[in-house]
Amino acid sequence: MSFVKGLKCKECGEEYPTEPLHVCEICFGPLEAVYKYDEIKESISRDIIERRGNNIWRYKELMPIDKDPTIGLQVGYTPLVRAENLGNVLGASEIYIKNDSVCFPTLSFKDRVVSVALSKAKEFGFDTAACASTGNLANAVAALTTAGNVKSYIFIPYNLEQAKIVGTTVYGSNLIGIKGTYDDVNRLCSEIAGKFGWAFVNINMRPYYAEGSKSFAFEIMEQLGWRAPKHVVVPMASGSLLTKIWKAITEFETMGLIENNDTKVYGAQALGCSPITTALKNKWEIFKPVKPNTVAKSLAIGTPADGFYAMRVMNQSRGWGEDVTDAEIIDGIKLLAETEGIFTETAGGVTIAVTKKLMSQGILPKDESIVVSITGNGLKTQEAIVNDVSQPDVINAELEEFEELYECIVNNKQGGSQNAVSANSNTP
Amino acid sequence: MPSVRIPTPLRKLTAEQDEVIISSASIGELIEELENQFPGIKNRLCDEEGNIRRFINLYVNNEDIRFLQGKDTSLKDDDVVSIIPAIAGG
Repeated sequence: MSFVKGLKCKECGEEYPTEPLHVCEICFGPLEAVYKYDEIKESISRDIIERRGNNIWRYKELMPIDKDPTIGLQVGYTPLVRAENLGNVLGASEIYIKNDSVCFPTLSFKDRVVSVALSKAKEFGFDTAACASTGNLANAVAALTTAGNVKSYIFIPYNLEQAKIVGTTVYGSNLIGIKGTYDDVNRLCSEIAGKFGWAFVNINMRPYYAEGSKSFAFEIMEQLGWRAPKHVVVPMASGSLLTKIWKAITEFETMGLIENNDTKVYGAQALGCSPITTALKNKWEIFKPVKPNTVAKSLAIGTPADGFYAMRVMNQSRGWGEDVTDAEIIDGIKLLAETEGIFTETAGGVTIAVTKKLMSQGILPKDESIVVSITGNGLKTQEAIVNDVSQPDVINAELEEFEELYECIVNNKQGGSQNAVSANSNTP
Repeated sequence: MPSVRIPTPLRKLTAEQDEVIISSASIGELIEELENQFPGIKNRLCDEEGNIRRFINLYVNNEDIRFLQGKDTSLKDDDVVSIIPAIAGG
């Protein structure tokens, strides 16, 4: 039941068989999975998809696997939330949050890509998986390899958020902290991958891994009632997710599952690591690598492998890209939490803040459908925001003390203060 | 002389050697000398105009040459040059 034709170089078009390869031997361009679309079109329909389980495999014909999936069978199908409160604050009439901060099992969209990469790695017969990660990928590889009985080696920059470290080692994975940035980790892993015969999910498994991101957009389109949004805002680290969202929209159109809706794609970066948006704004052909310095560590990739293709999608779709400061990122996290009750990590703060900025610039129209991509959970990056949220008011277990505090709270709220009550906050 | 770490996709050209020693004083010279010893390799590393291809990162002692002087980056005897294909995100 394989619908995968093989791999093809995105640069020179050279074709390769379905093997654990990731770069073209001729020009070093990235390889991408290509499908037998004619056969897929005969095999799927809205009706067939709707009758399947609520997970990424409901779109399995458009995933690069040859057999039934074996890892991550419950992953995906996260909520698409109609964000009316956020819309009211921003003045936008139809805005949605695609909420992968509750993706199973490790609360980020990386669960999708890793499920595809590991299912494929098992098809190839690997017994050990590895990855270079800024944190979320580490968590997903650790949990899903453990559940799938695959050994794992995970490489991260040593100074990641504590929750991302605990959220990896708790599963018993081998976690190696590298003294350096993510780009240093990547360089080392590329050399390790050449020496050790492992399935590196984002190196030699990359063409399969990256396809998993499409499920994020497939779900959005199905959840919108089989239509693509007019606008979609996507966080960018390597730029891979943004390009795969575009590919997913194109594939659903080709399959006749949706009508073309002239969707515009917008990329979001943190100012402290904005090689893609900087190149886009300056109309550069290639981007200049940067040394990241931002609170949004999950987006801190200074040499983005898919940056060129992400720029191309933003241009082709007539979307745009923006970057925001760390302060705006924190405000973005708080805005989403305070309006929609969704606590996202710093990458989500970037996406919200960029959405707001693009609206204030008049680039993102307020009266058309907009989907904001939220890809990770705020509980993992609490360090980033702990000093910007209020602490609890501590009182003794006395009714009078609460009544006194309650007066303060109500009065402060009426006074229009955004700050939490602190009158009694230091009472032991 | 500087040594060069050869990534898997290029090893067919280097008779499967994963590290080679190349006499050269700069990255530009190194690429020419690699081509002399392993014909065809320059075409893999550089485009028609001779610029290093978009998807190849070159490092001298772990520093990306785009943060140094690009192809003019000078090389010393004990320098280690790595050729790394671009990698997806994490």
